[in-house]
Amino acid sequence: MFDVIIIGAGVSGCAIARELSRKKAGILVLERAEDVCCGTSKANSAIVHAGYDAKHGTLMAKLNVQGSRMMPQLARDLDIHYQVNGSLVVMMSPEDRPALVALYENGIQNGVEGLRILEREELRAMEPNISDDAVAALYAPTGAIICPFGLTFALAENAAKNGVQFQFDRQVTGLNRLEDHWEVITPQQTYAAKVVVNAAGVYSDEIHNMAAPDKMTIKPRRGDYFLLDKTTRGFVKNTVFQLPGKLGKGVLVAPTVHGNTIVGPTAIDLEDKDGTATTREGLEDVRAKCGIAVKGLPLNQTITSFAGLRAHEARHEFFIGEAAPGFVDCAAIESPGLSSAPAIGVMVADIVTNILHLEDNPRFDGTRKGILDPKTLSREEYAALIRENPAYGKVICRCETITEGEILDAIRRVPGARSLDGVKRRTRAGMGRCQGGFCSPRVMEILSRELGIPMSQVTKSGGNSRLILGTNKDSL
Amino acid sequence: MTEYDLVIIGGGPAGLAAAVAARKAGLESILILERDNELGGILNQCIHNGFGLHTFREELTGPEYAGRFREQVQELRIPYKLNTMVLDLAADKTVTAMNGEDGLFCLHPKAVVLAMGCRERPRGALNIPGYRPAGIYTAGTAQRLVNMEGYLPGRNVVILGSGDIGLIMARRMTLEGAKVHVVAELMPYSGGLKRNIVQCLDDYGIPLKLSHTVVDIQGKERVEGVTLARVENGKPVPGTEEHYPCDTLLLSCGLIPENELSRGAGVEINPVTNGPLVSDTLETSIPGVFAAGNVLHVHDLVDYVSQEAAAAGENAARYIRSGGTGTGRAVPVRCDGGVRYTVPASVRLSDLDPEQTVTVRFRVGNVYQNKRILVYAGDAPIYRRKARVLAPGEMETLGLKAKDLLEHPEAEQILVTLEDA
Ligand SMILES: Cc1cc2nc3c(=O)[nH]c(=O)nc-3n(C[C@H](O)[C@H](O)[C@H](O)COP(=O)(O)OP(=O)(O)OC[C@H]3O[C@@H](n4cnc5c(N)ncnc54)[C@H](O)[C@@H]3O)c2cc1C
Ligand SMILES: Cc1cc2nc3c(=O)[nH]c(=O)nc-3n(C[C@H](O)[C@H](O)[C@H](O)COP(=O)(O)OP(=O)(O)OC[C@H]3O[C@@H](n4cnc5c(N)ncnc54)[C@H](O)[C@@H]3O)c2cc1C
Repeated sequence: MFDVIIIGAGVSGCAIARELSRKKAGILVLERAEDVCCGTSKANSAIVHAGYDAKHGTLMAKLNVQGSRMMPQLARDLDIHYQVNGSLVVMMSPEDRPALVALYENGIQNGVEGLRILEREELRAMEPNISDDAVAALYAPTGAIICPFGLTFALAENAAKNGVQFQFDRQVTGLNRLEDHWEVITPQQTYAAKVVVNAAGVYSDEIHNMAAPDKMTIKPRRGDYFLLDKTTRGFVKNTVFQLPGKLGKGVLVAPTVHGNTIVGPTAIDLEDKDGTATTREGLEDVRAKCGIAVKGLPLNQTITSFAGLRAHEARHEFFIGEAAPGFVDCAAIESPGLSSAPAIGVMVADIVTNILHLEDNPRFDGTRKGILDPKTLSREEYAALIRENPAYGKVICRCETITEGEILDAIRRVPGARSLDGVKRRTRAGMGRCQGGFCSPRVMEILSRELGIPMSQVTKSGGNSRLILGTNKDSL
Repeated sequence: MTEYDLVIIGGGPAGLAAAVAARKAGLESILILERDNELGGILNQCIHNGFGLHTFREELTGPEYAGRFREQVQELRIPYKLNTMVLDLAADKTVTAMNGEDGLFCLHPKAVVLAMGCRERPRGALNIPGYRPAGIYTAGTAQRLVNMEGYLPGRNVVILGSGDIGLIMARRMTLEGAKVHVVAELMPYSGGLKRNIVQCLDDYGIPLKLSHTVVDIQGKERVEGVTLARVENGKPVPGTEEHYPCDTLLLSCGLIPENELSRGAGVEINPVTNGPLVSDTLETSIPGVFAAGNVLHVHDLVDYVSQEAAAAGENAARYIRSGGTGTGRAVPVRCDGGVRYTVPASVRLSDLDPEQTVTVRFRVGNVYQNKRILVYAGDAPIYRRKARVLAPGEMETLGLKAKDLLEHPEAEQILVTLEDA
């Protein structure tokens, strides 16, 4: 019997797992995908919102501001790429000023620090590529950007270090309330737990509906993006949003912590909860809107496009709390869920601790080292590292200069990479301008060797995503 | 670390030919840096015939062709380092590189030849909507898996793009037991060589659909099908969609010269070719930095790569010997009439030897028939040649007589253009 089973290894589930590992408890995370961070946490804008947007008085607003304040320390403790770059909400028409002021006031009420309205000249000086038609902007100096995979993997690894177990390819298909615990059913195995936490993202309504008396409905709302090459580094310094107004709701243009530029998202309501396919219309929509708040955006530098699904519930609010005895929801975590994750983790862990009366784990170690990036070392240190471990002298991904040493580290960690995408999200191998053209066969070989599986079983992202379907002439 | 007068970045056909030519021109101190575990570049995975007809007057496979140059490099005892990635090139020609044996190291050569080749355009750059399942490969990646490792990435294949690599992979995948259903090409003409369309598609009954593109990819885990549609004025035409069940989509949609190092050094890049702007000596905007092969502009025949690179190697040797670049005025080479670009982009007229030939290579932007290729020095025509067919997939080469150019020392520009024959 586990004390706690957490369903879902997205940023919410992993943040909860890490917070709970401060306590003495047997904790298991069950994830339907083959790895951590395969749901919405992998496809979003990667912004740590300052917290002016969420409506004052909501749980969303509270957790966003708290999460954003916790992020710098968390990033240091867990060695995560995180950067305070500031954010701008740009107003394109003078008529929209009341909306800009309202946003400012909402932010002040939420307790966001340093908010200011910038007029044209100051705005221009701060962001040279801002549109000539921009009138003013709300500036939030505490707005930040983060690597969403990095955050989620770091939380998971740190939880694992403190005793949390992870099991993958485990889809929860049923929950049974027995006298004093829950039966958690997956096709492979049935588990028992005193408390179940629902952190299943777009599927959190289905899990909720298995356990709670009331019913919840989550609609996936898709967002499409373009990601631009690092040649666009510095195109904008701040995250640039467009104030919804006369010209509609725009898309954001932001730097990523790795020096790319991200452009998007759309907002398209869907039925399919796995519907992360981009569409021509969606991408056209981004293309049409992205040039409003900024000028001269080099969209021809696009290296990839992708889409993520918001877990939208009609009330647009986070649902966190004990929805049935021993069943705790962390549901409908739409944006700003990434920003709020540290605070969500604390809140849910507190609820569970109170239910189970958990004691502190005296051996908790809240630090974690990321995969060593040799590019951050001094020349002498780098040379010494290669002498000690020549795998760090062997470049596998040429675009991002990722070495075999880093890829081996990604595979050997707990929880470690088991697929091409798992390696890619942990190391960035294959994320560069050639998008894995050169390195994927080589990474596949390393995976095959390390995991002891034939090449034909190496996958892109688990399940049936096999990369090789046969050998030459095997059908002739 | 031993220093070298000439460092060649990239050990593909361009790098090898540059090294051999520089040594034959009398240069002793040369080093080739190659990131792969063998010399030969992309040719090592091109196991089909058809290389070297111009250079060796026989039909070789890619690895055989590379082998000829590798042997010469070995005979001439030109040193090279494998598994060595050049990480940075500075404006002062400091080369920073890394490998497992030497660790991270710097070299300070007098001259550099850029010979880094090119990479394939990935899906993202093509804006194909849909899921992102396994089974989408660039043709070159599939070529590596099939030809070098013996793996079949898929059994039912659709190919987008009719570049040469895509055409060659259509044949290769068929020979290895896969079914290639169709090759779709966005443009109204193929980007590949005519001979490849005949030998790789027609001979195997594989249809080529011009003015078609992929508008959707189905399959969440592995590709299950793609939808093609006809394209008019750059836009898919509603109602023309055709569905093809398949497990693999190969992309052969163009090559991009690998100029991250060049850009880092501040070398000026031609936005049309994505390669450096060079003079007739193949010298870039940084004196002593030369470029040749696919890093300069995408070639379709490796023989021309070897010729071009040999010139770059000789010129680099001359630069080192004479301690600098010539001082002659650089006359710009312009293009018009459907010519998209020229290499070189300028000629140093007064440095020319009257007996020499100036090689100008170019590509056109569309298919043209019955044209005349004309070159003007200032207003004076100095070269003309009939061309029955000109196509974007075929690079054209002109040999201009220096003597003719030198008759117009005051020319403000040299113009390469097409006129109706
Ligand atoms: C377009 C877009 C842009 C966004 N931009 C931002 C932003 O800039 N800043 C910000 O703060 N937030 C942003 N968000 C929101 C943020 O990404 C999400 O709130 C956050 O990632 C949600 O994390 P999660 O862990 O709750 O869900 P997920 O990451 O979806 O994780 C849920 C996990 O549960 C698993 N699961 C589901 N069902 C089952 C089952 N039956 N059994 C076992 N496992 C199951 C899934 O496989 C998945 O791994 C954005 C969201 C979108 C869609
Ligand atoms: C996938 C593919 C298939 C092709 N198929 C054919 C064909 O069938 N027939 C034909 O005639 N032509 C073909 N070509 C074209 C022909 O092979 C090229 O014209 C020729 O190989 C170009 O030679 P190169 O030396 O310029 O480039 P490459 O052969 O690409 O060599 C460049 C070399 O530089 C190295 N390099 C790059 N960057 C660095 C760095 N930073 N540090 C160290 N080393 C570096 C690379 O590893 C590589 O070995 C093909 C090209 C490609 C890309």
